[in-house]
Amino acid sequence: MSADPTQVLAFETDCHIFDGCGFPAPGLHSFLFEPLWGDGDSNLYFNKTMLLALLGSVIIVGFFWAAFRNPKVVPGKLQMVAESGYDFIRRGVVYETIGKREGEKYVPFVVALFFFVWMMNLWSIIPLAQFPVTSIISYPLVLALLVYFTWVSLTFKRHGFVGFWKNVTGFDKSLGPVAYLAAFIELFSNLLVRPFTHAVRLFANMFAGHTLLLLFTIASWYLLNGIGIAYAGVSFVMVIVMTAFELFIQAVQAYVFVLLTCTYIQGALAEHH
Amino acid sequence: MNPLVQLAQEGAENPLIPPIPELVIGLIAFVIVFGFLAKKLLPNINKVLEERREAIEGGIEKADAAKTEAESVLEQYKAQLAEARHEAARLRQEATEQGTAIIQEMKAEGQRQREEIIAAGHAQIEADRKAAAAALRQDVGKLATDLAGKLVGESLEDHARQSRTIDRFLDSLEDGASKAEATR
Repeated sequence: MSADPTQVLAFETDCHIFDGCGFPAPGLHSFLFEPLWGDGDSNLYFNKTMLLALLGSVIIVGFFWAAFRNPKVVPGKLQMVAESGYDFIRRGVVYETIGKREGEKYVPFVVALFFFVWMMNLWSIIPLAQFPVTSIISYPLVLALLVYFTWVSLTFKRHGFVGFWKNVTGFDKSLGPVAYLAAFIELFSNLLVRPFTHAVRLFANMFAGHTLLLLFTIASWYLLNGIGIAYAGVSFVMVIVMTAFELFIQAVQAYVFVLLTCTYIQGALAEHH
Repeated sequence: MNPLVQLAQEGAENPLIPPIPELVIGLIAFVIVFGFLAKKLLPNINKVLEERREAIEGGIEKADAAKTEAESVLEQYKAQLAEARHEAARLRQEATEQGTAIIQEMKAEGQRQREEIIAAGHAQIEADRKAAAAALRQDVGKLATDLAGKLVGESLEDHARQSRTIDRFLDSLEDGASKAEATR
């Protein structure tokens, strides 16, 4: 890796159409960063996404610290905003899926998950950062694994060893010989595929979103030559449109992530179906 | 060409293979958020939300209590009013009955007194009549004997005979009077 470690932009800026150089299309390389510190070949380094992840944590904690450190019965503006966010997840997601009695215990986990994922997604359109942390598979994966261990251990605790297998396979004798096939598919789907899809759903959405934004941004710059300028304008409009669309997708994906989390927990608590 | 592009083209990086350091940092970043929220900030806000709920529900409960009390008082008042009305009606009824009874009693008493007075009058008249008849009988007897003595010249001193004679005479008088009465 011989790239300039001080590189800020995701593409080369000295290339325009009609200059005889090709379009610097975004790709997998757009998601790789030179380490800010350490050696990229070893496992001991610190790069932009890590910085954004930790910075995002600090921002979330800072926001809620300011809002909830000294809460009032009659809330101020900041507390009101934070409360409505908290209430939305608590009542709109947790109570709706798991129920108030069983769900209360998981509210902090789900609230932390939602705001964490949302913040990591939001980095995508925050100027200078402009990179969704969740488009690196490690971040969604670690969250999906936390959720996975939560509901798997919960299923064991709730139903015991035999009950656990019944719960994850959905084994139902009344189906006859099909029951074994159905149980096998359910087992595969629940225990193996579920954490993977849970993580990849978020990852792929943010990955694709970032690629789209990059595509139009790079195109806007690349086309700034001769007649291309007219097309550059269109491309730039698309940048604005896609940024607004990403803002929406980021919130939706965070919501979907926690909604699925609650569904899995609820499934673990439920009696055999 | 960008060396990162070359690297990607060589297939050295699969976006689905998670880099380990990022996993660790991701976990740390999430644990920071979860720790602060779960241990301090959410319990904080839950307490306040609970207080607020109680404040609101306390107000509602107070209003409910006041309403219930007002309703019970109204109920009591209505019951008392109904009772008073009932009592008044009962008293009126009683008074009417008593009045009727008194009037009846008075009437009966008046009737009785009237009858008594009439009876006493009758008795008085009868007694007077008898006394008068007796006196008259005596007087008539005396006059008759005197007259007869003067006419006959002899003294009709024999009392027994005298009485019998007078009685016979008076009886015949009375007979004649009753006959005359009957024919009239």
